[in-house]
Amino acid sequence: MSTTDLHVHNPVEDLLRQDRIPTIWCPGCGIGTSVNSFAHALLKQNIDLNKTAIVSGIGCSGRVSGYMNLDSFHTTHGRAIPFATGLKLANPELNVIVYSGDGDLAAIGGNHLIHAARRNMDILVVCINNMIYAMTGGQAAATTPSSSVSTTTPYGSYEPELNLVQLVDAAGACFVARWTAYHVMQLERTLEKALKKKGFRFIEVLSPCPTYYQRKNNMGDALQAMLDYKKRSKIQHGCPTWETALTPGGPIIVGEFVDREREDYLTRMRRQLGPHYSEFPPQLEEHVSEGCSKEC
Amino acid sequence: MHADPRCVLTGTHFINGDAACCEGALAAGARYAAGYPITPSTEIVERFAARAPEVGGLFIQMEDEIASSIAIQGMVWGGQKAFTVTSGPGFSLMMEHIGLAAMTETPVVFVDVQRGGPSTGLPTLPSQGDMMQARFGSHGDYAIIALSPNSPQECFDLTVKAFNLAEEFRVPVMFMMDECVGHMTEKVVIPPAEQIEIYPRRHTKKPPEEFGLYEPGPDLVPEMAHAGEGYKVYVTGLTHDRRGYPSLNPAAQKELVFRLFEKIRRAADRLVMVEADELDGADVVVVSYGITSRVALRAVQMARAKGIKVGTLRLICVWPFPEKLIRELAGKVKALVMPELNMGQVVIELERCAAGQCKVISVPHAGGTVHDPAEILAAIERGAR
Ligand SMILES: Cc1ncc(C[n+]2csc(CCOP(=O)(O)OP(=O)(O)O)c2C)c(N)n1
Ligand code: SF4
Repeated sequence: MSTTDLHVHNPVEDLLRQDRIPTIWCPGCGIGTSVNSFAHALLKQNIDLNKTAIVSGIGCSGRVSGYMNLDSFHTTHGRAIPFATGLKLANPELNVIVYSGDGDLAAIGGNHLIHAARRNMDILVVCINNMIYAMTGGQAAATTPSSSVSTTTPYGSYEPELNLVQLVDAAGACFVARWTAYHVMQLERTLEKALKKKGFRFIEVLSPCPTYYQRKNNMGDALQAMLDYKKRSKIQHGCPTWETALTPGGPIIVGEFVDREREDYLTRMRRQLGPHYSEFPPQLEEHVSEGCSKEC
Repeated sequence: MHADPRCVLTGTHFINGDAACCEGALAAGARYAAGYPITPSTEIVERFAARAPEVGGLFIQMEDEIASSIAIQGMVWGGQKAFTVTSGPGFSLMMEHIGLAAMTETPVVFVDVQRGGPSTGLPTLPSQGDMMQARFGSHGDYAIIALSPNSPQECFDLTVKAFNLAEEFRVPVMFMMDECVGHMTEKVVIPPAEQIEIYPRRHTKKPPEEFGLYEPGPDLVPEMAHAGEGYKVYVTGLTHDRRGYPSLNPAAQKELVFRLFEKIRRAADRLVMVEADELDGADVVVVSYGITSRVALRAVQMARAKGIKVGTLRLICVWPFPEKLIRELAGKVKALVMPELNMGQVVIELERCAAGQCKVISVPHAGGTVHDPAEILAAIERGAR
């Protein structure tokens, strides 16, 4: 047996665009860890990967879409959700997953987040919360714990931090959960569950950014961040989301908080339209003549 | 390929430009739209919201214009024809996504029913103040196509054309109406579906292994595939290579940006769409577009009554600009006169192409109403001297 035979095929490999690896992510970054859980969850699902699309905005987390071997859409900063909305409406057969950062989804894209949850658009949103704007060099985010140092809050942030799970719960999301990059197995199981569900689903993943957030705030390296997550995390499934605030140094409440049934946008639209809606098959390929007039 | 008869309201109608634009979109095969209400454009999507479900489509009222301008791009990559509709302030909010559509070569139509600006300006009154924004409003370098109708009939005909051009060139097309044309009610003849030519999506016939999402065809326009078809498309607003993968270096940027320009520039002569009258032997030619062309006609009649030799040139396709035609014309006439419902936007391009060969006289207007033909007549008389 030659040494090359020792290579064990990792099933997750097929889900990644191998020709794009190595990734741009720093050693110790939690984004890749979350992608590993995501890929495993996808594989366990038996869902048609040819009918699965991933949409990101801009940021380190926003690069996830480009590494996945799926239909990948890397859109503009903050606008992954409205793009995903259009995609899902145009082709309801697609499983549409939005994967992006906290700044992207909750600050610049905050309004879209609220309204997609309210409409109950049938998409899964995975939000990497590293509590900072990483890609642009460590500026404060809406999730930056108050008093934390960032490049735009050199004296410590004066603003309170936003609790994303509470926000989307209030807006009407039908599934809401939070884990950290330490909880890889739990995250995988929650992703599996969320992938199966219909409606607006939101999973927050707390993730270390050793390069900016940990370093700026003297929080040690990525390993230290994991130890911190382990020490501070408390699993409380079903915890009311108003009790899940992430206070600086306080406990990190993780788990599946919301799992409710609500009719999603398209189902409701069709029910309400009743006979006014006529399913319209797209024009068949045969109708597309090669010699179409160029006199346009 | 012809329009689908199930979507075409064949017959003679008495409707306004906004309604005609909606019917044009449906005839062109657009079943999906996203938008956010703003005067004077909203009637287009109000009508669409009522009509679309009956033909298997939908209108979604998004939370703002930013969301609308990208939701339609999701719809296109989901396999549909889609458009959004707005007016000045909303058009400003859409700018980043006009760049995204240009960069990702997403065939979409942006309808802008122009109203007086800047800022909230004159919400219910006309202007042509967004013409430069349509061409240059998004950051970076890119090329688009912009059409400008001057009647409800053209709102129908040219909306079909706008979708066809978007598909043919995989480019965002700007449909630059104005409040007057949008709200003007006239006879509109909608032909039978088999007389409406539809340019189908350039969908690839290649299998996924052989397909490159940005592999240019002979006319520099690549073929497309949608999400959910097994092609694993990779669409990014970053500078990308022929597969669509980010490629962040000057060589890739040069290849891509030059091609985005060149695919339109190469077709520019064919894209030129003008209506010309009495250019031969004219001393003065009035150049105009949109509603202003109808007012200019009155001024031209007055000038002709005074014995001045005046021709008219109406730009139906404003961008790309008919450079060659203007260059030739400028060598033959004493003056080109350009009234616009703005402080002088497209006239800058006119001056550039005339290159000092003749006088170029701008007849600016702050918007809110149309020109008084006397202002245009005065400019014609100055030009003829
Ligand atoms: C309209 C716009 N504004 C600003 C930026 C610059 N920008 C790029 S990434 C980013 C922040 C990303 O933060 P986050 O979403 O938290 O992702 P992270 O990099 O932390 O994973 C910003 C502000 C941009 N690309 N577009
Ligand atoms: S900067 Fe932070 S978030 Fe970005 S890749 Fe590095 S560690 Fe991860």
